[in-house]
Amino acid sequence: MNLTGNYSYWVTIFIMIAGLYIVIARGNLVKKLIGLGIFQTSVYLLYIGAGKIIGGTAPILSPAFSTYSNPLPHVLILTAIVVGVATLALGLAIVVRIREAYDSIEEDEILEKDRIEDAGG
Amino acid sequence: MTLLTMMALVTMAIVAQRNLFAVVVFGSIYSFLMATVLVALDAVDVAMTEASVGAGMSTVLLLAALHLTRGDEVKPLHRPLLPLLVAVVIGAALVYGTVGLPPFSDPQAAIHTHVVPRYLNDSLRETGVPNVVTSVLASYRGYDTLGETTVVFTAGAGVIALLRRRRREGQKR
Repeated sequence: MNLTGNYSYWVTIFIMIAGLYIVIARGNLVKKLIGLGIFQTSVYLLYIGAGKIIGGTAPILSPAFSTYSNPLPHVLILTAIVVGVATLALGLAIVVRIREAYDSIEEDEILEKDRIEDAGG
Repeated sequence: MTLLTMMALVTMAIVAQRNLFAVVVFGSIYSFLMATVLVALDAVDVAMTEASVGAGMSTVLLLAALHLTRGDEVKPLHRPLLPLLVAVVIGAALVYGTVGLPPFSDPQAAIHTHVVPRYLNDSLRETGVPNVVTSVLASYRGYDTLGETTVVFTAGAGVIALLRRRRREGQKR
């Protein structure tokens, strides 16, 4: 059993559940988005880690090398990073709008204001 | 291995820290560590993107959002026991799942034996691009990249729609 390999899996899992924990437990909307980003990066690590071959090089073809790491996860994760930053930007824009409408970005306060408004209206 | 440990530590700092500005700075450090790990894993293209987009653009976006909102996180009212339990249970299930995964860097794993050899052997002849990541991204899967561009465009349009409305209302007032 390869200890180094399993260590990379475990760190990936740790990062993933840390992101998940932030998303569930923290009420601040900006912090939630950061947690979501951390969750995403753990997926990058999982994919790229699976594509690595020890002794291989980056998949840029050259007569000097014969072993390359797997290029397909790299392609997938490039797309994932770009889409991730797009969703982050959209999420932050929504947070800014929520802040204007409710004057708060804390989930608890927003729910409280909604409840008061429902009771009053 | 050291890098991965550092990443885990920075993640814990992000979880514990309540000052959002500090969280954003830690997030930037985290992205740079991630980029370094990606270089070590031979994913140079991904590392460049992560360093510029993850550590650069995301940080700028988050700082801009913080400028428009507030800097500190309030203490939660309820104790975070249930989320912690959920996270730990999911983590345990995933660790159990790693038992079935192929060992790290096994050249005989399924991921290395299907599809990929064809790209490695033929892509230079077919596309003329020595970088296999580029040739797959821009040539073989060009339509997917077009779709990705559509996603980014939609997100940009959404951001503009959300934030422009605000400015017009501000002018009316």
